[in-house]
Amino acid sequence: MFRTARTSRTSRATGAPPRRPRRTTLTALCAVLLALLALVTGCGKPGSPPTKGPAADRLPEYAVARNFSLPDSPTWRRAKKRGHFTVGVKEDQPYLGERDPATGAYAGFDIEIARMMSASLGLPPERIRFRTIASANRETALQNGQIDYYVGTYTINDNRKKLVGFAGPYYMAGQSLLVRADENDIHGPQDLAGKRVCSAAGSTPYQRIKDDYPKAVLVSYDTYSVCVDNLLTYQVDAVTTDDAILIGYAAKAPDDLKVVGRPFSQEPYGIGVPRDDDALRFALDDALAAREKNGDWKRAYEATLGLSGVPAPTPPAIDRYPAT
Amino acid sequence: MTDATALYDVPGPLTRRRHLLYGVLSTAVLAGIVAWLLYLLFSTGQFTYTKWMPFEYTGIQELLLRGLGNTLKAFALAAVFSLALGGLLAAGRLSDHRGVRWAATAVVEFFRAMPVLVMIFFIFVALKAQPLVALVAGLTLYNGSVLAEVFRSGVAAVERGQREAAFALGMRKTQVMTHVLVPQAVRAMLPAIISQLVVALKDTSLGYLITYEEFLHAGKLIASNLDYDLPFIPVVMVISPIYIGMCMLLSWFAGWVSRRERHSPKTEAVAVAEAGPGALLPGGEPPTAPRP
Amino acid sequence: MNVLTENWSVFWEGFLGTVELTVFASLLALALGFLMASFRVAPVGSLRVFGTAWVTVLRNTPLTLLFFAVLLGLPRFGLVLPFKLFAVLALGCYTSAFICEALRSGINTVPRGQGEAARSLGMSFGQVLSVVVLPQAFRSVIPPVGSTLIALAKNSAIAGAFSVTELLGTYRTISELGYNIVWTFVWIAVGYLIVTLAISALFNFLERTWGVAR
Repeated sequence: MFRTARTSRTSRATGAPPRRPRRTTLTALCAVLLALLALVTGCGKPGSPPTKGPAADRLPEYAVARNFSLPDSPTWRRAKKRGHFTVGVKEDQPYLGERDPATGAYAGFDIEIARMMSASLGLPPERIRFRTIASANRETALQNGQIDYYVGTYTINDNRKKLVGFAGPYYMAGQSLLVRADENDIHGPQDLAGKRVCSAAGSTPYQRIKDDYPKAVLVSYDTYSVCVDNLLTYQVDAVTTDDAILIGYAAKAPDDLKVVGRPFSQEPYGIGVPRDDDALRFALDDALAAREKNGDWKRAYEATLGLSGVPAPTPPAIDRYPAT
Repeated sequence: MTDATALYDVPGPLTRRRHLLYGVLSTAVLAGIVAWLLYLLFSTGQFTYTKWMPFEYTGIQELLLRGLGNTLKAFALAAVFSLALGGLLAAGRLSDHRGVRWAATAVVEFFRAMPVLVMIFFIFVALKAQPLVALVAGLTLYNGSVLAEVFRSGVAAVERGQREAAFALGMRKTQVMTHVLVPQAVRAMLPAIISQLVVALKDTSLGYLITYEEFLHAGKLIASNLDYDLPFIPVVMVISPIYIGMCMLLSWFAGWVSRRERHSPKTEAVAVAEAGPGALLPGGEPPTAPRP
Repeated sequence: MNVLTENWSVFWEGFLGTVELTVFASLLALALGFLMASFRVAPVGSLRVFGTAWVTVLRNTPLTLLFFAVLLGLPRFGLVLPFKLFAVLALGCYTSAFICEALRSGINTVPRGQGEAARSLGMSFGQVLSVVVLPQAFRSVIPPVGSTLIALAKNSAIAGAFSVTELLGTYRTISELGYNIVWTFVWIAVGYLIVTLAISALFNFLERTWGVAR
């Protein structure tokens, strides 16, 4: 009993004086919170904020295949049943896979590829549900069926082929360097010694710089947009990854950023599919070949990545590797 | 207890004047720092229209509100599961069976010693869970273990006479627990419990690191957009008052409960835990009963 | 086991990074915490207000948000520093608020009579603090400061996500090389246990040497 009594007395002695200021702070706090809430909910413009860089007047439309059927593919059967595909993409790569923060709408070359694939597989592209999947979770998302296929700067390599299947490639990218527009010292990877270079954590470009140019000081983040931000605030001197990604960023801020040198690697971009679904993979291969032939591929490129001024390349040969 | 006033004598006129001078000087220095910060903000163009314009659009506001909603969802789930796990582990630690006791102690000690982020990443990367699941599970394991210690020490802090009297009345152990000890302990421990929930609320922001689409993630999506001139500072200026405000409200609530319970006759037999600073820090010592 | 031996240098580098972060951030937190605690008991009003605001705001800020603001916000002011320094700054400032509170409540544990008795002996403010109150407060402050610093060591894991080399971040490199992810995490956990146990052993030693006999 004694202990309790002492505690309460001492606490009363110290607890009482600060009470008054605390109450005023609280009132002020509530006022600020309410004001912010009012601000947030009260007024607002519809639509999305203006964007920078060139934009396409209109996006190509893709003819939806009629009476298409692929009963051997469990992924396709599931998608057909629910009436749409669920496609994994990236959200922060201008002109490749970019999401408008305001509307949540996706746009870019990868998105166009995903849309034309859906059309070829007999499901209307406007019904696709896009989901942002970070690079680190791509394999998992395909394995546990969160997404039907993945289109998002996904480089085909043997390690990944053990985990997922790849249709395509639909584009041949190569590792390159993005620097500030006023940078005159960096022309290629050989100039990176002692420079701070940013790339995505654990990515192939990151490993390549680490192995081949050990004198470069590497910095890594989860996403490239933070790297570009660091570049603009002089925290790093260069950003390295596939040229397709870098071209998009440079097109957004042509006064501040430029891509330098030639690509110093080959990164074939494929469409990721569940590993055991060979039927879907071959169907996508066929669809890609058809779209490249009828000009849809080129139209899609010109409406997105092509706006940066880089002319459409010849699409790479499709690697239709046998079923495993 | 030494109040500040017990450290020095009541100041005389000369000292008061000196203190006033110090006060004016330090205020001037602080004002100078604030002015310098404002100057920096203006000179680096943080208040340009392009950087603030996104917040005018309903789409962006909804994005932020959705993020806030996801934060609160993760917090609510983590809070409920942590309380349940904490209760379970505390019961284990107070069990009469030695095996159960040891197992519960091992679990509690292990998860309290691990950084909560390591557990979240483990669940996310190695167990391939969804971001929300990984976040909630990680927070639950950590906060549940801390809460188990809070519960256990709360029950232990109830005066011995209460337990003895209850046993003397012929109550069983379960009855003693549920009818006598726990009701008193929970009241007294409420401030500490709420303080721990503040930790959980703060730690929901770790979800940002595993791409859970919470408040900070929504902010980053806006902040890293080249179209809006990378408005990092404006985004921080918008989201941090809301984050800090939420945590402050909850902290204040813990302090309020603590002050209220201390004067309540219902907690006479057990010392009320302070909603202390230790409890606010992840991994900090849980506020146990006051030391003798 | 071979996950550890074959990636020893990666783990070691990460471990050293965590230790380095912890040590420097601890020093900063102790210094800042002491400063803020003295502000909070100072007779000058504006310093008291500043100290209180510092503690209240930082204690209620999510550490991830602070990292976000410091590592991605400060460079915007033209402040170009190594990431490690930014991380130390964020961790140190955050923890200083908790250190401040631990120190302040330590001063409060010294019985009031001690201060009054010292003053009645004619001691000045400086003497009261340095000869009577602080030595006694120091003893009771050891355990809470210890647990605060352990929390700091655990919180340093967040820095890994902001491109600072430390223990948790090593999993990326190792899993990219194709090693077993579960074992990687086991060894990361062991690394953190070593750091936290070392701190707690240090503070146990300090408490045995100088702590209050209870």
